[in-house]
Amino acid sequence: MSPSDAPVLSLKKVTKTFPGVRALSEVSIDLYPGKVTALVGENGAGKSTVVKTLTGIYQPDGGEIRVDGAAVQFPTPQSAENAGVTAIHQETVLFDELSVAENIFLGHAPKGRFGLIDIRAMHKGAQEILDGLGAKIDPGTILKELGTANKHLVAISRALSVDARVVIMDEPTAALSHAEIEELYELVDGLKAQGKAILFISHKFDEIFRIADNYTVFRDGQMVGDGAIADVSEAELVKMMVGRDVSQIFPERDRKLGEEVLTVEGYDHPTEFADIGFTLRRGEILGFYGLVGAGRSEFMQALFGTTKPTAGTVHIDGAETTIRSPADAVSHGIVYVPEDRGKQGAIVDLPIFQNVTLPSLKQTSRKGFLKLAEEFKLAREYTERLDLRAASLDTHVGSLSGGNQQKVVIAKWLATEPKVIILDEPTKGIDIGSKAAVHEFMAELAAQGLAVIMVSSEIPEIVGMSDRVIIMREGRIAAELDRQDISPEVLVSHAAGITEATA
Amino acid sequence: MNTRSIPDRLQSPLERKVKSWESLLMLVAIGIFVANSFASPYFLNAWNLSDATFNFTEKAMIAFAMALLIISGEIDLSVASIIALASTAMGAAVQMGVGTEGLVLIGLATGLVCGAFNGILVTGLGLPSIVVTIGTMSLFRGISFIILGDQAYRGYPPEFAFFGQGYVWWVISFEFVLFAIIAVIYGVVLHMTNFGRAVYAIGNNPTGALFSGIRVGRVKFILFLLTGLMSGIAAICLTSRLGSTRPSIATGWELEIVTMVVLGGVNILGGSGSIPGVVIAAFVMGLVTFGLGLLNVPGIVMSIVIGALLIGVIALPRLWTMWRTR
Amino acid sequence: MTKLLASREALLMVAIAILLAIIAWRFPAFVVPSNLLAVFNDTSPLILLAIGQMIVILTKCIDLSVAANLALTGMVVSLINIAVPGLPVIFIVLIAIGFGTLLGMFNGILVWKLAIPPIVVTLGTMTIFRGIIFLLTEGKWVNSHEMSDSFKSVPRTDLLGLPILSWIAIAAVILFTIVMTRTSLGRAFYAAGGNPHAATYAGINVGKTQFWAFTISGAIAGLTGYLWVSRFAVAYVDVAGGFELTVVAACVIGGVSIMGGIGTVFGALLGALFLGIIANALPVVNISPFSQMAISGGAIIIAVVLNAQANRSPGRIILKKAEHAT
Repeated sequence: MSPSDAPVLSLKKVTKTFPGVRALSEVSIDLYPGKVTALVGENGAGKSTVVKTLTGIYQPDGGEIRVDGAAVQFPTPQSAENAGVTAIHQETVLFDELSVAENIFLGHAPKGRFGLIDIRAMHKGAQEILDGLGAKIDPGTILKELGTANKHLVAISRALSVDARVVIMDEPTAALSHAEIEELYELVDGLKAQGKAILFISHKFDEIFRIADNYTVFRDGQMVGDGAIADVSEAELVKMMVGRDVSQIFPERDRKLGEEVLTVEGYDHPTEFADIGFTLRRGEILGFYGLVGAGRSEFMQALFGTTKPTAGTVHIDGAETTIRSPADAVSHGIVYVPEDRGKQGAIVDLPIFQNVTLPSLKQTSRKGFLKLAEEFKLAREYTERLDLRAASLDTHVGSLSGGNQQKVVIAKWLATEPKVIILDEPTKGIDIGSKAAVHEFMAELAAQGLAVIMVSSEIPEIVGMSDRVIIMREGRIAAELDRQDISPEVLVSHAAGITEATA
Repeated sequence: MNTRSIPDRLQSPLERKVKSWESLLMLVAIGIFVANSFASPYFLNAWNLSDATFNFTEKAMIAFAMALLIISGEIDLSVASIIALASTAMGAAVQMGVGTEGLVLIGLATGLVCGAFNGILVTGLGLPSIVVTIGTMSLFRGISFIILGDQAYRGYPPEFAFFGQGYVWWVISFEFVLFAIIAVIYGVVLHMTNFGRAVYAIGNNPTGALFSGIRVGRVKFILFLLTGLMSGIAAICLTSRLGSTRPSIATGWELEIVTMVVLGGVNILGGSGSIPGVVIAAFVMGLVTFGLGLLNVPGIVMSIVIGALLIGVIALPRLWTMWRTR
Repeated sequence: MTKLLASREALLMVAIAILLAIIAWRFPAFVVPSNLLAVFNDTSPLILLAIGQMIVILTKCIDLSVAANLALTGMVVSLINIAVPGLPVIFIVLIAIGFGTLLGMFNGILVWKLAIPPIVVTLGTMTIFRGIIFLLTEGKWVNSHEMSDSFKSVPRTDLLGLPILSWIAIAAVILFTIVMTRTSLGRAFYAAGGNPHAATYAGINVGKTQFWAFTISGAIAGLTGYLWVSRFAVAYVDVAGGFELTVVAACVIGGVSIMGGIGTVFGALLGALFLGIIANALPVVNISPFSQMAISGGAIIIAVVLNAQANRSPGRIILKKAEHAT
């Protein structure tokens, strides 16, 4: 065994550029055996690029990767695996149609006679790893029959199935419940004891201080600090992350709630959510909090008409309304800013103005014929209200930054003059400057009498913005809290399903 | 507040046009025209050129509707089979003594029904259009085979011959005029209406379009209906021109039509393309076929050219970028 | 066990049994073992091609050039047989597999390296391959008397009561069942088609996997090319014309999802048998063979509707009661 003061895996001045973006510039990280290194940074700071570089998905443009001090290259994910680097990726990188055991061992299944896959050995190996995680999953189950949390455990098992020296965990706790997170911590401690080096990516500070030994902070693709966790405070980490002192400030606003605009009763879906009901008033910001995969987005999409609930009624301004498609929802004044901006929110290969006017073409056209001048006028009006930064209105949305893309999506909906706007993770993946602008704008909309539903997994955002919060867990409403009762502790305990008061 | 204004456009629409695929294609068309006029003394003759237009007018009518369908991210491989079925239906009607107006109505109606059938399967049941239309491709032509076997329908009324053989003025055929009118209509619909905008939006990102309140299913259904209708119109013209119906009529046309659309610059994966591009592509393919015909090159060799063209027009730009970025 | 009974394969086996029962009710002679073996032998080429096509479809691609590959390879080995009549058949078989493999690789390289949509590539190569046959022969047929006896006899030779053609189909079913379920490449086909994004993360090169799928499909088509021309003792441009659609039909009927990632060799076998039984039964039950096209078209549509219903996901599994795992 190598002494623990020599890193097993290092990045030395690694640079990675994409057209128009420098994702990493000369970053260095050292991972030591038996130590957990936390990688901290805002969305877009380059954390995922590091993961992909270390696992052979991206090739660095400059600098080098070193294993035991020797420069190596990872031209394929396989080669990284062979060097003992394995990762639990943030996105689900699993196969719905394959069995749990195959998902765990795909690409490195145990071979028996004639080089054929030894199915029995594979199931046995899978069972051992799953048992080690305390997961009660049969290795023969087809993956698509599992829920979100169990799929995540399979993903973790997959990473552990490789005899790894370095384990990378990219936000491994996002979809896990409280008890499962504790089990994961135990697992990490076990891996440490075995002398494995761990790169732990998270933006939850309690986690980082609970399990990390070292930290590395990224900002805008650059390494801005590292050291031992024992020598740093949470405030210092945040300051490094953001580059300035930030006590996240949320806009102050008058809360003048108007009459009820939306009432939802008894919304049910066979697998996604059950018995969802609430009311919403003009000028109100209603937060929806929960763990990833709690069914919040799924319910919102049913409300917006993209999926069909099996039961439930909606009243808008007191009148019962049926919403069968997004087109129905929009015509009744309900609009939805989705979390998946690139796929659902914007049409990235179309110009900005066409994105903005898409749901409003009836207003900007005459008898079905386009009037480009009207379109530019409408697009200009709303994009300027949101202070959009773009070279021109016929630039493709895909070439904009995340924050500006979000502004285009919001502008598109404001141009329809809606009654209710649903914002699903409105500040996910956008820089801190745009974040504040989105918050400010949300407050402004509410002040103008728009009813806002904000789905968010970020506790400060929920606490700072909401007039009322609904907490969902496993597809159901776990609690509804008024403004004065909202606190981070209460949110977490309801979302994770801890009934007794937290310490 | 800053009043920093975002300009509408950076590149003028004219500049964009000059640098387009359509301009390149236009140069190719002119090149082929010049080459043909050198290659054969029979080429530069008004009547011969007029005859040559029959090589593409019927296919191009369908190609316009197909272009919209492909831009929206779907495809219809059953168009040639719809022609066969529509032609068979008209042939059967002739045997019952139906007149010219009736025949036209039957041809159009058959096309619409077939298009609706495809449309319901794709949009109503959410099935992939490629498999559905591979299925209906067999089904529609198969019905023609059941009805006709190895027989043929003849005896179309003399007035019916006008659609495929008639001339409006001098060398300008009825078919060519119809082709031109349909081209203009499709050009306007795709490039100047809300409907056309929706087609582009759907092709670029169907989920995004749905989430923007576009009735994606309805738009796609209309596109299948239009493709069926155009196949019905083409069936009328082709049947009138040939004067008979066999179940093997228009075999392999779906390939030529898809090639025409792709050659015209329409992205086979959906999202982009233009009607002027398809018009020029129709002329290019017609000129190639006509030129090779004048040189006595057999039809099957032309099909190699078409197959190679189909792959080549997509492969060459990609090879070029690969070579350049090396 | 209940899961197995509810599977597509079980459903299809029941459908085949019902089909046979209906035929047997009117024409008992159809279901005597010797006739069933003859039907199996007649269906063997379809079984072979369906296995290759299934692998291609698993990776989210489609190979429309299989029948043209078959015809071209068949012609090439026939011409070799004329030129070198003494060449042992084993070499003919190896040449057929090798030549078919090259054609498949050509498709595969265009899909892999140039990322051209598979439907475009194979529509193009389909016409190119057939065109090449014409260029090789100027449209002439290679007839029975030009082929050597050994060339013609091999597929028909009886071995333990079954012709070698049948044995080859059986061997292919066994071989590819093992390849698909027990080798890394086999599982990579499922992974690359089921979730290409995740496959990349798992170290699978999706394009390369698709390349191998086309290569296998080409190899099988080449082998079948020899078997086909020797069995029917004739080779010409239009051998197996339109057969690619029957092959796709067999896959779709066999439960192979056109969206990729779902399908089994056994399913493809059953799909092929279903169509083979219908094709052989039609003349027996006095239905015009002309109706076969419509029947396979209808079967594709019914199968794809059923597949879609079976594979429709009910949504994300969030509610505890909806989760399967205990």
